[in-house]
Amino acid sequence: MKVRHASSEHSSLRRHQVALNSTCFVLQHVKPIAVPNAVALELLRQELPQSSILIDRNEVEPFETDGLTAIREQPWVVVLAETVAHVRSVLRVCRECEVPLVTRGAGTGLSGGARPNSDGILLVMTKMNKILDVDAANCTATVEPGVTNLAISEAVKEGGLYYAPDPSSQIACSIGGNVAENAGGVHCLKYGLTLHNVIGMKVQTIEGDELVLGGKSYDNASYDYMALFVGSEGMLGVVTEVTVQLLPIPANQQVLLAAFNELERAGECVAGIISAGLVPAGLEMMDKLAIQAAEEYAGVGYPTDAEAILLCELDGCLEEVEQHAASVEDLMRSRGAYDVSIAKEPKDCERLWRGRKAAFPAAGRLAPDYYCMDGTIPRYEIGRVLRSISKMSDRYGLSVANVFHAGDGNLHPLILFDASDKEQMRKAEEFGGEILECCVLAGGTITGEHGVGIEKIDQMCSQFSDVELDQFHRLREAFDQAKLMNPGKAIPTLARCSELGGMHVHRGALPHPELERF
Amino acid sequence: MQVQLSPTLARDDEAKRAKDIIGKCVHCGFCNATCPTYRHFGDELQGPRGRIYLIKGLLERDEFNETASNSLSLCLTCRACETTCPSGVEYGDLVGYARTTLARQEGKTTLTERILLRVLPNFGLFRFLYRLGRMFKFFVPGSLRGSLYRRLPKLQSLPSEGGNVVLMQGCVQRSLTPEVVNHLAHLLTSLGIKFRVCSSEKCCGALHLHLGHREKAQAFMSANISALSLNEGDIVLSTASGCGSTLKEYGREMGSEEATLFSNSVLDVAEFLHQFQFKARYEKRKIVFQSPCTLQHGQKVTGVVEQILHRAGYNLCEVRDDNQCCGSAGSFAILQSETSNALRTKKLDALLEPDPEIIATANVGCQLHLECVSRTPVKHWIELLEVADKT
Repeated sequence: MKVRHASSEHSSLRRHQVALNSTCFVLQHVKPIAVPNAVALELLRQELPQSSILIDRNEVEPFETDGLTAIREQPWVVVLAETVAHVRSVLRVCRECEVPLVTRGAGTGLSGGARPNSDGILLVMTKMNKILDVDAANCTATVEPGVTNLAISEAVKEGGLYYAPDPSSQIACSIGGNVAENAGGVHCLKYGLTLHNVIGMKVQTIEGDELVLGGKSYDNASYDYMALFVGSEGMLGVVTEVTVQLLPIPANQQVLLAAFNELERAGECVAGIISAGLVPAGLEMMDKLAIQAAEEYAGVGYPTDAEAILLCELDGCLEEVEQHAASVEDLMRSRGAYDVSIAKEPKDCERLWRGRKAAFPAAGRLAPDYYCMDGTIPRYEIGRVLRSISKMSDRYGLSVANVFHAGDGNLHPLILFDASDKEQMRKAEEFGGEILECCVLAGGTITGEHGVGIEKIDQMCSQFSDVELDQFHRLREAFDQAKLMNPGKAIPTLARCSELGGMHVHRGALPHPELERF
Repeated sequence: MQVQLSPTLARDDEAKRAKDIIGKCVHCGFCNATCPTYRHFGDELQGPRGRIYLIKGLLERDEFNETASNSLSLCLTCRACETTCPSGVEYGDLVGYARTTLARQEGKTTLTERILLRVLPNFGLFRFLYRLGRMFKFFVPGSLRGSLYRRLPKLQSLPSEGGNVVLMQGCVQRSLTPEVVNHLAHLLTSLGIKFRVCSSEKCCGALHLHLGHREKAQAFMSANISALSLNEGDIVLSTASGCGSTLKEYGREMGSEEATLFSNSVLDVAEFLHQFQFKARYEKRKIVFQSPCTLQHGQKVTGVVEQILHRAGYNLCEVRDDNQCCGSAGSFAILQSETSNALRTKKLDALLEPDPEIIATANVGCQLHLECVSRTPVKHWIELLEVADKT
């Protein structure tokens, strides 16, 4: 990692290391947040073009929420950054005036990671949307953070290359946001998450440093800071440049569509395919409600009477694809698929994926609101967990549409509700929490690719011990001592966990007994 | 997304309908990806999702606000977002509502808007001022001067032979590109199809509708409905997809039985000519088709013109970003000329990439907007066809 110091002669990296090595155990409290002040605004106005600063209520209101609309808060000020210098100015103002800062990409996130603070600045990166360099020989592209995921693949298409991670929102989501959340997608089963496909980046920290992480080669002589920053949910710094690795577009691809009469049989089939040693490029599952919603929008020919469908993509050279497709088809039929069809032409494959990729928003046709969960479980548990979710659905009286990355066990139950009904909203949140806890109990985790954000922060208390959470806080402080960046997200304070624990006394045991109660 | 209607709008049916439309939006942001102005500005406030949020604010507070007004005046109403939206949000309707509301709340119209609304739909006045403008170009504001490049063609009246096919002539099209309808008349005659024209045809109402003057738009609609006095089985052909898109909305806008009969009778000329075989009129075979937003997003007619041209023997090249607006968008080209010109430059770059010999389009607005800066000829696709010899 290279560090370019802004102004301080003091090595802030050394300070980071001191903080990391410190073994003293200090309880974390939320810092009293600075009141928005005229000084900060004046400083912003001195350093940024007037058109980049939004402060009027009507102007900032559309930024109050991201893809998780149930959670909203109007930001004090919105800044639309156009250059790295703008980003550095905003960071400096936040540091000097102690103003909380939330960074936002395209605002498509589903965990509320970009929900602003009413006393803070929202730094929007969408204007920084240039592709800086395409290095076809090295199969890399260097881009600004506001470039959309799909735009990268489009820009390198002519050279026969593409960027593999493809979240369903790839048409709209930005690469900076992908880095912040460690976004996944349909093809991550074979090609990995954002983490495995980003090889370099520039990050601006709130302490005024520019960190140059990774580069165009795969290994670097230092700790793997890339792994730390990818998925750090905007709490360690602001990404201002990303270098991604590109892959050659596979010579052949085929997509199998299998229809099942039972949801669990489809779940078992997934485990069967993976344990047979096959690695599909994508292996996705949708249940009846999701199939119907997606079909209504996309009209791609999904069997709307099926209880579940599996979409399985195989790619590679022709012999390999054909052989694997035959094996997968056999497996699907032997595990209870009543119909299997194979798309071989690129146009047909694209058609089958189109329905899947639009499935989330298409659920907007089923109910006024949906709450999208993101738990991940071991694949052999899919059938059992789906059964539990369906029981919970009956108990809460709320429908669930399931559409998810079955191949890597990443569930996306969409809880359907009407937010104008407070009772339904409360139930939906509780239901969501129970699903995530069920995932953890099944040996899984509370997030697969959407990040923790504000949405899953309480479930972090179920997944991690207080010692672990405390380590997270100290890691964060190494880069942002004042904890101004994306406050209140991703890592709960121990106080929050203890309060929550008070509500969920488990078998008579009080969680975090070492904490003072109030 | 939920909307808490302002108490002042609680009994307003239009507001309730707008609330229901927003109810379908899940704030996923897919729409921003294909919105020309979001792509241009990179700003949430200049994309459909931001605009929907601003309209939500209008419904919740029922007071005029500058931000919403500016944002909506920069909306092209190309409706690319509607094609992209997986949740089925009827954005076009929503914006129509919001513009009417804003116009009502603000209570005034800018001078330029007033002039446009007065002149463009008035055939005689438009021709008079256009000729005057060409004679005294020096006095014409810079943003308008570029549009005065065409010589005003001589007026020709079309024969009206009866039959159940009605040709709409349009207002600007009739003044500036009458060759389109003339050529269509020639094609229909060659095919042995009788048609009639209506001498008292009025503006379709699109212009007023887009600027939030709904009552005036509805007055034009009523006038056309009675002027054409259609019977069951009549077919109204529109060669300008912008007008066609509005003509197809009459039923929904007016709600009456005659209006529904009217809008159900309207076809874009491509939907009608699709059944016939044509041959290429020009030797220059390598062409691109710029599918107007009003055709692909507004009327959801996709791939039809392309098939006709392909079958006629043209080498039709693919166009990058073919869902993007050229920037013309009715009065947008005049009222928001800077943004409009920037979008036009992008569009022309994409259209000229395959090095075509002719750019074909399906709407008079797009044709004039592109033609005045393009070295490659821009023609309505109708003009590229000749009736195929019977075999």
